[in-house]
Amino acid sequence: MKKEFKVISDLLHDNTRVLDVGCGDGSLMNFLKEEKNIEVRGLELNQDNVQQCIHKGLPVIQGNAETELHQFPDQSFDYVVLSQTLQAFYNPEKVLKELLRIGKSVVISIPNFGYWKVRTKLLFFGKMPVTKTLPNTWYNTPNLHMCSIKDLFNFCDEKKIKIKRVVGVNEDKTSLIKKNNLEIKNLFSKLGIFLIG
Amino acid sequence: MNSKLENIKKLDVSKPLKLDCGKTINNFPLAYETYGKLNSNKNNAILVFHALTGDQFVTGTNPITNKEGWWVTAVGPGKAIDTNKYFVICANVIGGCMGSLGPRNINPETKQPYGLDFPVITIKDMVRAQESLLEHLGIKKLLCATGGSMGGMQLLQFCATFPDRTFSAIPIACSSSHSAQNIALNELARQAIMADPVWDKGKYILKNVQPKNGLAVARMVGHISYLSEKGMQEKFGRKLQEKADYEFSFNADFQVESYLRHQGYAFVERFDANSVLYISRAMDYFDLTKQFKGGLVEAFKSQKTKFLIISFSSDWLYTTKENKDIVIALNASGADVSYSEIITDKGHDSFLLDEPDFLKTLKSFIDSMQDKFNNEKRI
Repeated sequence: MKKEFKVISDLLHDNTRVLDVGCGDGSLMNFLKEEKNIEVRGLELNQDNVQQCIHKGLPVIQGNAETELHQFPDQSFDYVVLSQTLQAFYNPEKVLKELLRIGKSVVISIPNFGYWKVRTKLLFFGKMPVTKTLPNTWYNTPNLHMCSIKDLFNFCDEKKIKIKRVVGVNEDKTSLIKKNNLEIKNLFSKLGIFLIG
Repeated sequence: MNSKLENIKKLDVSKPLKLDCGKTINNFPLAYETYGKLNSNKNNAILVFHALTGDQFVTGTNPITNKEGWWVTAVGPGKAIDTNKYFVICANVIGGCMGSLGPRNINPETKQPYGLDFPVITIKDMVRAQESLLEHLGIKKLLCATGGSMGGMQLLQFCATFPDRTFSAIPIACSSSHSAQNIALNELARQAIMADPVWDKGKYILKNVQPKNGLAVARMVGHISYLSEKGMQEKFGRKLQEKADYEFSFNADFQVESYLRHQGYAFVERFDANSVLYISRAMDYFDLTKQFKGGLVEAFKSQKTKFLIISFSSDWLYTTKENKDIVIALNASGADVSYSEIITDKGHDSFLLDEPDFLKTLKSFIDSMQDKFNNEKRI
């Protein structure tokens, strides 16, 4: 989703160091490098993806974000980016804590389980929702801990994690999410992008 | 064999080299080989460091043994390290026996071959000797340097000692300090050589003989450690060597025995027993953590070199964990580092074999580095 990349890119300042956790084939890193004057690094588990990053000349470390984030020193990056993978960890809380340790700020995007189409699928069909942003079925989904924008918002509040900016994305439209419009934005955003820390 | 050794490329290093052990060597030969052409900007050079029993003949036909070069899978025209594009350099390490100064050379003080009078050398000594070759070739900055096993250890040392000499580096299946297990295996190899009565405290060289049995056993130890348990089982299993049943003897009944014997005794034709002692010792002494007071992070401080570390999942000699420790240190020092673990059953040997994922990664990285190096030079 190019819009997601653009929103993430707009959240970052120039001349910074960025770590992309779960960087996949390096598409986001490439996009960010073209948009901004930044230094990027990636962490990726899949060997094919790692190879593709290396092929593109992007620095990437093969490793598991769940267990291997300890290798990065405290506050060693200006931003740590986690694009649509928080929900796939066994222990998202622990990972989030690590991200906040490594990065001065953390950018997280999540597929929003509070999106109205997701809600109606469960409500009217009584089936686990399958949508464009959540394309897997219940038995093969990598998503273990689905959450809504509201859930993550409340989580940050509870854990006293500073929320710097939240952007809701629906196709090409983006909107700022604040406490006073959280309910409605949680209903109409496919994706939530948080800048925290 | 010795007459052939006179016809290979050698640099006479005139600058005295003070070794870590305190002794100084000067006017010593450093044998090397190059492949491909150095371009006019001198920015397409790749230095390869060889492993314990390797030599400078990386690819093509080794003129001494008439066998294929040891890294013919990775280096050559159209290969991952493409000699149509890149100028590949490899030097025989000091302490070796392919033309560089080693225990077989004549000691100027006694006019006899050194034998055990040869000074104990270190990985750092090897690397410093090779730096004079780059000076000789007029190469200020390499595009890339690479090496597996001991070659990777030399490379880590090279980067730590000469932080601005290479644009990129690919240490493969190595370690920043030799582990207890590896020291133990090296000791086993050395003990095998020293237990051979022909070895005679290294003086066999005066009698123009070689402790073949000891050296062959030493090589067998190595060969076991280069394979993985699974790889060995798949390759040999309990298969018998050209026979229907057991012979009820101690001949090589099993294929795995025959393989080891073959590898062991082929090795004595091309290698010197004292060189094994010296080079394996250098590996044991290797400890970058100890060299730099602040540990490994300090060793890589202010590195501008772009690293790619590669390990192999079934390598139990230089494990993924050891390779990852290097990645962690480079990360902590803020260096530009990539890392890939290649999934394979082929053990430590993988870096010498036709492992498509490995070779593809190697090629991708080097080619991408060439573009970056050219851009940097233009800026």
